[in-house]
Amino acid sequence: MGLRLKRAEAERMHAHMREGYPHEVVGILAGSRDTWSVYHVVSLVNERADSPANRYHVSALALHRAEEALAARGLDVVGYYHSHPDHPSAYSDFDRDHALPNMSYLIGAVTTGGVVGQQSWRLRDDRSAMDEEDIILED
Amino acid sequence: MPVHISIPTALRGYAAGAATVAVEANTAGAALDALCAAHPGLANHLRTADGKLRSFVNVYKGEDDIRHLERDATALVDGDTLTIVPSIAGGLRG
Repeated sequence: MGLRLKRAEAERMHAHMREGYPHEVVGILAGSRDTWSVYHVVSLVNERADSPANRYHVSALALHRAEEALAARGLDVVGYYHSHPDHPSAYSDFDRDHALPNMSYLIGAVTTGGVVGQQSWRLRDDRSAMDEEDIILED
Repeated sequence: MPVHISIPTALRGYAAGAATVAVEANTAGAALDALCAAHPGLANHLRTADGKLRSFVNVYKGEDDIRHLERDATALVDGDTLTIVPSIAGGLRG
């Protein structure tokens, strides 16, 4: 099962990635976990002020509040997105070490020219690696 | 009366889909151990190989992160609720 993503929301996510460049940006992919569809993306604040070009962090309470607000609107959390400025959209060991299971992790490769690639990843049960999943863009 | 542990969405698949699991325990560490004993698939995602909570795993007793209380030794009484709240982190340099 791939990640189904509304084109308009992909555009909003890409705009966030471009605007944040050269820093990493992060956000939530929200929609339906039944169909693994993203209807709404939510930008979050990257709290890693010490190293924003190659790290992101969102604290538990900030994430919890954002996810509670989505739940109140009937939206599930399907996964998270973040950007890799001037770097490919492959996941890093640091990404894998900090990943949650049963979530999609969409990574966008961003340069001065904009978003030049994106891939979505799912953590294996044994945490040994992340497997790429298809991104299915929908109108 | 047991204590209750609230399970985040990402981990419910390892707890038979449950949003809350009840265990008998009088410390936070014992509660997490009991949770992992009942649902072994959770253990690898909650703790590292040396038994520490993973950095993105935050456990709250009420409004307080147990890292700011007595960590695993944080005392619980019947009816308390622990809430597992993930943070998210990553980045391109490994």
